Amino acid sequence: MNRILILFAHPRFEKSQASRALLKDVGQLPEVTLNDLYEKYADFNIDIDAEKALMAAHEIIVWHHPFYMYGAPALLKQWIDLVLEHGWAHGRGGEALKGRIIFTALTSGGTREAYGANGYNRFTLAEFLRPFEQTAVRCKMVYLPPFAVQGTHLLTDDELARHAAHYRMLMERLIRGDFRVEDMMRFPFLNDWLVHETGANKT
Amino acid sequence: MSQGFLQDALLYLAAAIVFVPIAKRLGLGSVLGYLIGGILIGPFFLGFVGGEGKDIMHFAEFGVVMMLFLIGLELEPAHFWRMRHLVVGTGSLQLGLTTLLFFAAFLAIGFTWQASLAVGLALSMSSTAIVLQTLREKGLEQTQSGRSSFAVLLFQDIAVIPILAVLPLLALASAQAPSGEHATFIQGLPGWAQTLALLGAVGLVILSGRFIIVPFLRFIARVRLRELFTASALFIVMATAYVMVLVGLSPALGTFLAGVVLANSEYRHELESDIEPFKGILLGLFFITVGASINFSLIVNNPLQITALVLGAVLVKSAVLALTGRVSRLTFDQNVLFTLGLSQVGEFAFVLFSFMHQLQILPADWTDRMMGVTAISMTVTPLLLLVNERFILPRFGTLEKAEREADAIDRQHPVIIAGFGHFGGVVARFLKANGVRATILDNDSDRVDLLRKMGFKVFYGDATRIDILKSAGAEQARLLIAAIGSPDINYDLVEKTQKLFPNLTIMVRAANRQDAYDYIDAGIRDIYRESLDTAVRLGIDVLVKLGYRKYTATRAGQNFIRYDEAAMHKLALHRHDESAYISKSREEIRMQQQLLASDREINPTVNDHAWDSDVFVDRFKDDARKEENKKDPSRKP
Repeated sequence: MNRILILFAHPRFEKSQASRALLKDVGQLPEVTLNDLYEKYADFNIDIDAEKALMAAHEIIVWHHPFYMYGAPALLKQWIDLVLEHGWAHGRGGEALKGRIIFTALTSGGTREAYGANGYNRFTLAEFLRPFEQTAVRCKMVYLPPFAVQGTHLLTDDELARHAAHYRMLMERLIRGDFRVEDMMRFPFLNDWLVHETGANKT
Repeated sequence: MSQGFLQDALLYLAAAIVFVPIAKRLGLGSVLGYLIGGILIGPFFLGFVGGEGKDIMHFAEFGVVMMLFLIGLELEPAHFWRMRHLVVGTGSLQLGLTTLLFFAAFLAIGFTWQASLAVGLALSMSSTAIVLQTLREKGLEQTQSGRSSFAVLLFQDIAVIPILAVLPLLALASAQAPSGEHATFIQGLPGWAQTLALLGAVGLVILSGRFIIVPFLRFIARVRLRELFTASALFIVMATAYVMVLVGLSPALGTFLAGVVLANSEYRHELESDIEPFKGILLGLFFITVGASINFSLIVNNPLQITALVLGAVLVKSAVLALTGRVSRLTFDQNVLFTLGLSQVGEFAFVLFSFMHQLQILPADWTDRMMGVTAISMTVTPLLLLVNERFILPRFGTLEKAEREADAIDRQHPVIIAGFGHFGGVVARFLKANGVRATILDNDSDRVDLLRKMGFKVFYGDATRIDILKSAGAEQARLLIAAIGSPDINYDLVEKTQKLFPNLTIMVRAANRQDAYDYIDAGIRDIYRESLDTAVRLGIDVLVKLGYRKYTATRAGQNFIRYDEAAMHKLALHRHDESAYISKSREEIRMQQQLLASDREINPTVNDHAWDSDVFVDRFKDDARKEENKKDPSRKP
């Protein structure tokens, strides 16, 4: 059984329907720790030791945030810069996170089609997330494809509920260990892996 | 209006205007300035006022009357209750022992026991007016000696009431025959009846305070005319004084009582702020009249006797005070301050002596002599304090500057912090925690001793003294943090520093918005209001407790502070537009009104469109709809 740490960064959580819907159920799972960074560190003064201890206590880590201007909100970057210390997370003797699984869960206003060589944003989401990917690799972690809920401004309540259910399903499978990393890596998004798996199960 | 009155008024005001600034400039304090002014315009030097000294004493009486009303008003029962142990302990020790010693001394030189006791009681009084004014000017109210001084004075002020009640009994017991002529109603009565009458009058004041004055003020307050309220306040004081004079009692005592009674009422602060403007000038007037009433011919005719009496009085009082200070565990510096500060015979002694004279406990020549001793001892106090500050304490007490260890290199610190109170203390600790070396100036010797033990570089003394600022390194330092608790002293420091040490960047603690405006006018840029950040922090936590996200609440708080400081600078420019005189408390209300109005105009929180606001979302939906239409031209928008 795996324990999951969600590093959640949203400066205006109270106004975000998508994030609230995604986290409502997931946050209740006993194996999931929801680490609400903007609530905990409103002054940006991150308690590094406490965060390291949290990381050490979980096998799977999620960077969960809205996608702002092709990146994460400032506090998550602050967290990455401060917590993932040389000699602990990476560099010589930095083995603390070795082998842990990490991935990004994000919400974006732009649709999936808007991200791509021909789209409005000109690059794919995976390309925009390269710095996160490389950070994970440098820390000797296993980096999975992202879980993304896109086009949030246009989502109907039903669609949002479906995304939330998928997110919960993802978490439950991760907790149970009911997944193969190699399978996941074949998909650009964890959403696709889930659809494929459930679809395959059905048929 | 008679020409004589105008002339007198002009002379008193002129004496104050000329001598007080000189005394202040010389670092002597305002009390000494008033006293010297009074002596010079008095009958024995220039002879400008009161040929016989009688008129002046009447004038002085009213100064005392007003002052005692205010002291009475400040005696809030709850405040008194908090310091009851200190008051009763030190007060009774000082009063009892001093009276006993004087009693023995005067008995020994041939007074009757009644006269000795009465004189002893009168001489044990110290001057509330001088001591409180001096403490306030030097910013020493919160030190141990300041608190002990206030406690002793309070006990004395209260003790006057029973003492005045007991004096007629002493007259009854004394062998002297009652006088044939009765100027007032009370003098015609036998001694026991006089005591009863006095207690009755006290009761009357208390009862009428409760049941007449407060309802009367309530009525006046409903009329909503500020000046009418001021008039009523003055009326109450004068009426009480008048009634007291009518029954032949001390008007000062009467108004003191009236003040105590009203301290409990809901109009206390209003009365205080109404009489506050009168208070300063009347106290000054009182000091001038004390100076003017010193009978120098007495000194000239009998220099040895008067000198001996003054010396004896001050010495006996000092000895008892030093012992009292010792018992209440004052440290050396604090005890010397306490001892010398209270060593004079106070204004209540005037009242008591003249009452004794009326009762014929004390013969006329001795009354004159004792009045003279009282006035002279009051004049001597500021001088003694000056000697103490300049010569005694620097040599025997806490040193102005800590002695340098031989091998330590005395590097100049870039920061000077004036005042290590609850504000400056935090700043200093924060800087020290971050390795910034700061020099501290403070005038509380106990605190200075402690800080030196903790390894701070501390200069002891009045931070507004230029020589102390210089030796603290004001010429080489980069920053001066003005964090003194008393706004007046702090402002004084800022003004002097601006003028004399232009190299220093001044960062200043402001008590409130009003205070901050004064600093803005003076051209200071770095102004820190004591309560702003803390109040906003509390507000942030309120939002959080009500369910706001912490980061949102924090941002709202940060925005509010930024907005409030900008508003402060903006409003500071406009506040001189209204040229009419506005009383302080009214200006406070007007300011609140302006603030609330502009808060409504620009709500710093609601206008926050950060991240995903509704405006942004709507536009996004709009664009998406257009996009759809382009893809599918058949669909009509």
